[in-house]
Amino acid sequence: MSNDEKKKANHNEEKSDLKGTFVSVMILGVFLVISWIGAFTLFLSR
Amino acid sequence: MHLHKYEKIWLTFGIGALVIFLIVLGYGAFYKGTHPQSHGVTIDQNNIESNEAFKPENLGLTKVDDDKYIINIAASAFNYDLGKDEEGNVVKHIRIPKGSKVLFQATSKDVIHGFNVAGTNVNMMVEPGYISSLEVAMNKPGTYTIVCNEYCGVGHHLMYATLEVYE
Amino acid sequence: MELAKKMKETKLTQELPISKQESKLYMSYISVAFIALLIGGLMGLLQVFVRSGKFTLPFGIDYYQVLTVHGVILGLVLTTYFIIGFHFSLMGKTVGISLKQRRVAWVAFWIMVMGTIMTATTILLGEASVLYTFYAPLRAHPAFYIGLALVIIGSWIAGFVNWSQLAVWKKAHRGEKSPLLAFMVTINTLLWFIASLGVAVAVLVQFIPWSLGYAETINVLLSRTLFWYFGHPLVYFWLLPAYMAWYAIIPKIIGGKIFSDSLARLSFVLFLFFSIPVGFHHQLTEPGIDSTWKFIQVVLTFMVIIPSLMTAFSLFATFETTGRRKGGKGLFGWFKKLPWKDVRFLAPFIGMLAFIPGGAGGIINASHQMNAVVHNTIWVTGHFHLTVATTVMLTFFGISYWLIPHLRGRKLTPKLNRLGIIQAIIWTVGMAIMSGAMHIEGLLGGPRRSSFSEYGGGEQVHAWIGYQMAQAIGGTILFIGIILMVFIFIKLTFFAPKGEEDFPIASEEEDAEPTPPWFENWKLWIGITVVLILAAYSVPVMDIIQHSPVGSAPFDWPIGR
Repeated sequence: MSNDEKKKANHNEEKSDLKGTFVSVMILGVFLVISWIGAFTLFLSR
Repeated sequence: MHLHKYEKIWLTFGIGALVIFLIVLGYGAFYKGTHPQSHGVTIDQNNIESNEAFKPENLGLTKVDDDKYIINIAASAFNYDLGKDEEGNVVKHIRIPKGSKVLFQATSKDVIHGFNVAGTNVNMMVEPGYISSLEVAMNKPGTYTIVCNEYCGVGHHLMYATLEVYE
Repeated sequence: MELAKKMKETKLTQELPISKQESKLYMSYISVAFIALLIGGLMGLLQVFVRSGKFTLPFGIDYYQVLTVHGVILGLVLTTYFIIGFHFSLMGKTVGISLKQRRVAWVAFWIMVMGTIMTATTILLGEASVLYTFYAPLRAHPAFYIGLALVIIGSWIAGFVNWSQLAVWKKAHRGEKSPLLAFMVTINTLLWFIASLGVAVAVLVQFIPWSLGYAETINVLLSRTLFWYFGHPLVYFWLLPAYMAWYAIIPKIIGGKIFSDSLARLSFVLFLFFSIPVGFHHQLTEPGIDSTWKFIQVVLTFMVIIPSLMTAFSLFATFETTGRRKGGKGLFGWFKKLPWKDVRFLAPFIGMLAFIPGGAGGIINASHQMNAVVHNTIWVTGHFHLTVATTVMLTFFGISYWLIPHLRGRKLTPKLNRLGIIQAIIWTVGMAIMSGAMHIEGLLGGPRRSSFSEYGGGEQVHAWIGYQMAQAIGGTILFIGIILMVFIFIKLTFFAPKGEEDFPIASEEEDAEPTPPWFENWKLWIGITVVLILAAYSVPVMDIIQHSPVGSAPFDWPIGR
């Protein structure tokens, strides 16, 4: 395997490796955004 | 230092969300004037009557204009002084028509107090030496409990009043 | 070649044996924490009972006296002692401690104990029912403030010992990067020192002379500002030891490696920068602070969220990488491969989960004008019972399950492990009920820090009382959790079978990227921290001093003195 190919293979593995992590943190992020919007809506409605 | 591709996307999303929150807050605060109360107006806490608003006769509810009111509050452990009614009774309950603009002005004669019209955005620290003030439109009818929400001593939980917004 | 060899060496984890004498020192700090847990927990139980409206305190004991004990002993005593004991254990394990350093560490311990006893005595005599924030112009007995000052000074000495431990190690290991955990401890002690300077100034310059009668009045707003300059980094001082365990210990427990040494260090450096110049977000509804400066500190507060976002990614990545190596397939198959039956993992993991709603609540609290929705409502109490009382506490419990047997030459038995899992579940259930009810009641306007009151009746108050009943149920479950934890502590300390318990310190991957050497540039980190503090605070503090109203005379009678 040439150096370039190696790099590519490494890269691909890395990408598939952390898919679960990515989905998990994005769920977390969406939760943060939703709760903030909820509180902001409450602030505006009062 | 190496950041994983997914971490870059995640941080961009996260930081982006924070920036948007700040823009929304900043726009509200600086352009719409919804800053939390901070006026830095001082008063002599040992002689609050020296300020027109806190003379005994000016405490409590004053009608300024149609749909415009001022409520002056002298807080002390463990009481909100809202003045007296025509018969000379102590006021503990204030009534305001729905849709009024109300300017709340509060100060403390002794220690730190809180002033929260529960369930509304009228939520201020009341500190000796400063006048806390906030103007809001009272649009939702109902009876609101006004509570002292900063610890002021053994009778802290007995410090309250009520505010009624009627149709 | 020479260089490669050296690199490899630095990647090995340093692990030094902990001597009996060292163990005794570390255990002393940790034991005080567990005594505090029991006393403080009992106070918490009394509070939720009183607030349910169905119970009155006997012997004329004042609710606010109980509340002061609860806050001081859990917020200041338990946390500080446990953290210092944990810090010392980590330093002892990774960089070592000399005889002289150990002696000084004992001096720190006894100064702190003396201060704690002084403060506790004044509170128990009813001379200091001022809550743990001791806002002027309520005046406690001078011994209360002097005791607090001693605790702070003792904690500084402990921190100085940590710094000298790292300095000695670095002299012997020129050119090497410091062990990750030692680096983290140094950041946290720096954070603590710089932050507690504020409260030390308030106590020494303002409160002590004023409480003794040498100064007639006190600048109330200045004292509050100095307190909150300390008060926010204080919560990070609690949180960072949990992060240490998450970054550098949990990976070993689950059979994995550190995700990234550099990113872990980077997040700690960011915490040092941004957890201090943010105190105004606790003072958003104050009348005397300019709103533009409040907003500037709100922006800085949002900066401190970033290292936590990084941490979330690192932790999930550690879990996923480890789970996949163990054969976990698909998007979430790795999740099942984690050691769910190991309390050393389970308890901190629940802590991590609790930090998600905890963090969300924190962002809401700090959101400038939006703070009016929640300020001083019991939502805030619900918030920090998620962050400090769940995230931090469950992680500390998780640490105790291996640290205490390691120090005592004993084993965590399968039976104790099972008890620990039950404890973690009890804690989770109790806290979900109590903190959940507090959050909702807070949104309905229910105040924090208040004894039971019907406030003249009304619909709103009825709703609050309903949630206070729920808090009493949750609080009772939590107290059962505390009893169980103290039981486990006693078992682990005195009765567990003799043996060797592992001190889990994770190492990096074989092919990990080297950590950049500039992370050791302490002068730069301290410099940036100081610049940020000065930028955030000098103008508004000058303004507070120049435009201050007349000072406040002390008030004793409101607290029943």
